[in-house]
Amino acid sequence: MSTAAADAALPRPARRRDSALRRFMRHRLAVFGTVVIGLLALACAVGPYLLPFSDTEIDIMQRFAPPFSGAHLLGTDPLGRDILARILMAGRISLSVGFAAMAISMVIGIAVGLVAGYYGGWLGTVLMRFVDAMLCFPSIFLLLAVSSLIGPAVGSIILLIAVTSWMEVARIVEAQIRALKARDFAVAAEALGASDARVMTRELLPNAIAPIVVAATLNVAHAILAESYISFLGYGIQPPTPSWGNMLDNAQSYLTSAPWLAIFPGAAITLAVTSFNFIGDGLRDALDPRMGGR
Amino acid sequence: MDGMVTGDPALLEVRDLRKWFAGPRPGPFRPRAKVHAVDGVSFDIRRGEVLSLVGESGSGKSTVGRTVLRLARPDGGSIRFGGTDITGLSRDALRPFRRRMQLVFQDPYASLNPKMTVEEIVGAPLAIHEPSTSAAERRRRVEEALSLVGLLPSHITRYPHEFSGGQRQRLGIARALILRPELLIADEPVSALDVSVQAQVVNLMLDLKERLGLTILFISHDLAVVGHISDRIAVMYLGRLVEVAPTQALFATPRHPYTEALLSAVPIPDPTVRRERIVLVGDVPSPLNPPSGCRFRTRCRYALPACAEAPPALREVAPGHFKACIRDDIALASPTSVAA
Repeated sequence: MSTAAADAALPRPARRRDSALRRFMRHRLAVFGTVVIGLLALACAVGPYLLPFSDTEIDIMQRFAPPFSGAHLLGTDPLGRDILARILMAGRISLSVGFAAMAISMVIGIAVGLVAGYYGGWLGTVLMRFVDAMLCFPSIFLLLAVSSLIGPAVGSIILLIAVTSWMEVARIVEAQIRALKARDFAVAAEALGASDARVMTRELLPNAIAPIVVAATLNVAHAILAESYISFLGYGIQPPTPSWGNMLDNAQSYLTSAPWLAIFPGAAITLAVTSFNFIGDGLRDALDPRMGGR
Repeated sequence: MDGMVTGDPALLEVRDLRKWFAGPRPGPFRPRAKVHAVDGVSFDIRRGEVLSLVGESGSGKSTVGRTVLRLARPDGGSIRFGGTDITGLSRDALRPFRRRMQLVFQDPYASLNPKMTVEEIVGAPLAIHEPSTSAAERRRRVEEALSLVGLLPSHITRYPHEFSGGQRQRLGIARALILRPELLIADEPVSALDVSVQAQVVNLMLDLKERLGLTILFISHDLAVVGHISDRIAVMYLGRLVEVAPTQALFATPRHPYTEALLSAVPIPDPTVRRERIVLVGDVPSPLNPPSGCRFRTRCRYALPACAEAPPALREVAPGHFKACIRDDIALASPTSVAA
C-alpha cells in the first residue's frame, strides 16, 4: 500500500516560481519598468567612462548650450558642464541612496515587525504604537530638521531617509507574522522545540517574503524621491557632487531661459520612481495575487 | 480514580488537567468569562499502548493533546512524562522532552511549511536537536524516515504542494518520528483525509507502532477509526471524561449514556441489520456556562433530578472500565446487542 501511494505523485507539477515569473511577465508596465531601471543602472555605471566630458569639467565657452545642438547631447549648465555626464553621475548617487536607504529601512522594519508580530503582548503593543507615532510625523519635516542639524553627507542622507521610511514595512511584517504564527506549521516547529529565532527566521519570514519584496521595491522609489526633495531644498547632497535633486535646485533660476536644466533631471527622477512603482505593482500581482491594490 | 494503571509505570500520567480560555466580557468593565475547555481530566497511558480520546467538536480533546505537549500552559492539574513532572517546566527545560514526544496534526495542508523542501521539513527535528549532524547524515536519515512512512527517498527535494493529502500526512508522520519519540500524539490525523486514504494512514500508524514500540494518544471524533487502532478508549464530553474502557469492553458494554449514543452512530457494514439509532437532541451546551452536576444531563435520555446535583466522579465499574454516571440501573444498548 505504501509504494502505491508514493508513486501517485510522479508527474511533477510546475513549480510555483515559474508561474510567478509568468504572471510578472504578463504585467507590461512592470516589464517596462524593469527594462528602464536596468538600462538606467547600466548607463550610470558605464556611461561616464564613455562620454568625452566629465561631470565636473567646466567649459566657460559652452555655457547654456541647448540640447541636441552640438557636442553636448543634453546641453550644458551655467558653468558649461555637460548635463548628460552630470545626470549619469547623479544617477549613481541617487540610485545608490535609494537602494541603500531601502536596505536599511527594510532591516529596521523587518526586525521591528518580526518581534512585534511574534511576541505580541505588551512588547508588540509598545512597538506598534511607536510605529504609529512615527507615522504621525510628516517625514519631510523630520528629514529637513535633522539634516540641517547633522552634516549633509551621503551616508547621513541615507540613514535619515531609512529612519523615516521603515514604518510601513514594520506594519506589513507585523500583520503577516501575527497571522502566520497561528498556522499549524509554526505550532509544529514549537512542538519540535525550535528556538524563537529559528521559528521567526526559518519558518515565518520566508512565508511573508512576497509583501516584503513589494514593499522593498516601493521603498526604493520613495527613497529616491525623498533624496530629491531634500537635495532640491538644499539640505541634501551638496554640490559639486551631482544628484538629481540638487541639479533641479540649480535649474530653478533658469527655468525660462534654459528649461533643459530642469527637464532632464526631472525626467530621470520621474522615470526611475515610476519604474520602481510599476515593478512593485507587477511583483505584487505576481507573488501574491490575493493582495490586491494599494 | 487515579488507580487506572496497575503494573507498569505509565509513560504519561495526567491528573486533574484543567485548561481554560478567556471568553467574552460580560460587560465593558467586568472581567472576561472563563471557557473551561478542559475541566479535570485524568488518564494514564502505558508504554506501548494506544489510548484514544474521542468526543465531538468542542469537547476539549485537542486541547488535552496540546496541553499535554505543553503547547498550551495548563491552568491546573499535573502532567508527568516518563516519571518527570513537566507541568511547570520552562521552555528551555522542556526541550529535552520535546524530542521524546511528538505531534501529528489534523490538517496536512497547514502543518507543513509551504516554503520548505521535504528535506528541510522532515529534517527540522534533527537541525533542532542534533545540530551537529552533517548534511550527508541528515539527508540519509531523512531518506530513511521517508521510506519508513512509505514515501520515496527521491521525494526529498520536493515542496509540500507537490503531494496529495495522504502523502502530506505521511510527511507529517515522518517528521514526528525521525527522532524516534516515545510518545506520539495524533490529533485527528485522518479526519481531513479521504476515506480511502484514512485506512492507509491508520494502518501505517499501527505498523509503525509495532515496529518502533510507540505509545500513541490518538485523538479522534470517529469511533469507527478509533476501534481499529486503540487498546483503550477515553470518551470526552464538554471538557470531562465520561467513560474510559478497553476497546472491546467499550464497544460490547458501554456504561455511559453518551457512549451509547456515540456508538449508535457508528455505521454497521451490513445493510440487513436494523438497530435503534439514538439521536441526541440539541447542541452541546456552551462551555461558558456548563450545566450543573453531570454535564451531559441536558441531552441524556436517562437523566434524573439527582444528576443536576454534583458532577459524577469517574469510578471503576468493571476491571479497567470507568464511568462518570450515577445511574447503574440502566441497560445500555451496544452495536453488538442489536435491536431487531
